[in-house]
Amino acid sequence: MACFIVPGTEAVVTTIVTKVLKKKEQEQAKEALKEGVALDEVKKTPFSHKLSWLNTMLWGGSALLAFEHVWHGEVMPWFPFLTAINNGEVMEMLSEMSTVGVSMAVLITLVWGAMVAVSSALSKRPVKGIETEK
Amino acid sequence: MTLLIAVFAAVISTVIWYVKDSHNQMKVGTLALMFWGASLMWLCDAVFEFAELKEKFFHPAAAEVFNDFFLGISVVAVALVIWLVLLLIKDPRGVVRQALTKK
Repeated sequence: MACFIVPGTEAVVTTIVTKVLKKKEQEQAKEALKEGVALDEVKKTPFSHKLSWLNTMLWGGSALLAFEHVWHGEVMPWFPFLTAINNGEVMEMLSEMSTVGVSMAVLITLVWGAMVAVSSALSKRPVKGIETEK
Repeated sequence: MTLLIAVFAAVISTVIWYVKDSHNQMKVGTLALMFWGASLMWLCDAVFEFAELKEKFFHPAAAEVFNDFFLGISVVAVALVIWLVLLLIKDPRGVVRQALTKK
């Protein structure tokens, strides 16, 4: 009915957070370079970059699901845009959003959390083939 | 069927990203993440549908399978168009800019 709206809304929020965080990180990196912090330390994968993975999954998934809803006639190009509202099935729609929609958003966020955890673990490990000085 | 096609598209684009575009210059990684996002969402949808339909979930009507197959192919086409537009806007190799500013 309209389950894609939940991950779509999360995408809007995470995109705004990413923009704000990116600006902050750039300022912090500039400050750190001025203070003489090593470039390798500054160049570590910023959190805003990791957050952009979540944005892409949420925006991409929501867009493709929105297309599926158009295909099934659940979304229309005129007000109120959702067939469920037009047919008086608002409660069913809200119920679906709170179950399927929320589950979608939670699952994607969990998968992204796992990706971030793996990325953090890998960045702490020394790269194979590069000998560390004793 | 739509979920299956999305998963195959996600796997193929991830392999292409890994082999040919690990620096995401051609934005294949972005395309892969889009497909993975959609696949996870449809997986959720499938789980809820299975809980509702039980055994009938695995025995859809032929017309339904055909419609879902057609939808899956269309979804891949839409994703590819989104990726292409993104690639042309970002223009990582400067090809579009060069073509537009050529005298």
